[in-house]
Amino acid sequence: MLETFAQASALLLALDPSVAGIAALSLRVSLAATAIGCAVGIPAGAFLAIARFPGRGGAIVALNALMGLPAVVVGLVIYLALSRSGPLGHLGLLFTPAAMVVAQAVLVTPLVAALTRQIVEDAEGELGEQLRSLGLPAWRRVRALLLDVRFSLAVAVLAAFGRAIAEVGAVLVVGGNIAGHTRTMTTAISLETQKGDLPLALALGMVLLALVLVVNAAAAVLRAHALRRHG
Amino acid sequence: MALPLRISGLVVEAGGRRVLDGVDLELATRGVTAIIGPNGAGKSTLLRALDGLVAPTAGRIGFGDDGAATAPRRAFVFQKTALVRASVARNVALAVEAEGLPAAEARARVDHALARVGLSGRARDAARRLSGGEQQRVAFARAWARAPELLLLDEPTASLDPAAMEEIERLVAALRDAGTKVLLVSHNLGQVARLAEDVVVLAAGRVAEHGPVDVVFRRPASEAARAYLKGELPWQSFDASP
Repeated sequence: MLETFAQASALLLALDPSVAGIAALSLRVSLAATAIGCAVGIPAGAFLAIARFPGRGGAIVALNALMGLPAVVVGLVIYLALSRSGPLGHLGLLFTPAAMVVAQAVLVTPLVAALTRQIVEDAEGELGEQLRSLGLPAWRRVRALLLDVRFSLAVAVLAAFGRAIAEVGAVLVVGGNIAGHTRTMTTAISLETQKGDLPLALALGMVLLALVLVVNAAAAVLRAHALRRHG
Repeated sequence: MALPLRISGLVVEAGGRRVLDGVDLELATRGVTAIIGPNGAGKSTLLRALDGLVAPTAGRIGFGDDGAATAPRRAFVFQKTALVRASVARNVALAVEAEGLPAAEARARVDHALARVGLSGRARDAARRLSGGEQQRVAFARAWARAPELLLLDEPTASLDPAAMEEIERLVAALRDAGTKVLLVSHNLGQVARLAEDVVVLAAGRVAEHGPVDVVFRRPASEAARAYLKGELPWQSFDASP
């Protein structure tokens, strides 16, 4: 065990290019998926927070349930859609990083939307009456509420990034774990563990944990600074 | 406000309870009208109904002699200041966003409103970092920026210290003097006496009494008004004769 740790540390210290490449791809795919998830999920969640329509309660339950989407099932559905005989087969995206971004975006969008819905709904309880009194149409009220909760939304963004970068099932199915092309940290860890190359698997695991820690720490520092400044 | 405000048979139900139970009221076009009464009497609900924030179950709110005129421009200042986590200027700008003004004009309206409440120098400060009194002045700046014909105030000084309260009362008087009709919900009868010309006493969702402040305070005609004022003004002796 100690020997494995020592070898993993040596790999990291040597800045093994294969480790760096895999980490960079993981980061790129997860950040892209998180960006898409936020672009779709934040407005959708915010509108669900202030909209009143028949079946809204059911929509919220469904959205919350989608947070628990099984990654492998999402991977399978996207695989079918992107496979040569599938409806989107002509795009030629299967076994590319783009397919992995799509799969992760599908996974994280409900998470962002559900957390945004809850955060904005809480703010709406506090500010909604005032904003309605100002005669603001729905989209301007949403914008004002999002402005108010922007620092709290960092939690939703971090949760999405966390789910994306830690995800293995969907990216394995649609990416194929092709070395140098679609191999991410999680798929590599899985493969190297099966192959018995535990030092490399552990080195990748340490990089993965460090990345998540750095991103969360940076977000916490920025949030604290912003809260000090904006109250 | 160019037109009188007429409320007839106004009923508002919430949670299976009649909060307003047939309010009939006619208010003058100018000055400050205070609305007083015990907790749960329906004061805040009446203001919310006038602002369109709650839908009446029955009854009518009308403006003008025939009650069919366009609703006046309104502003509402709540007891709990609802400020967005942004700068003071951005909060005031929300008040004019709905009008779709050109940016320069909107900015001028915001600057003018902030000057009126004495917060020009704090425009870029975080609104939620201000003191309670200053936050309420931001709320008044927001109201001022809307150039309201009807200003609805729901206990605007309830949680303020005497100095901040005096400042807010000065702003209410300034808006009144600028021609804005003010409806003021308050439990502070000293404040009512200082600011209002007439007072409406609400009890159990109905108008128990409506008249000039000095008349209602000295010689309340209704039992509900007498009971409320006795509790609120224990040092004042009333003429019990009708």
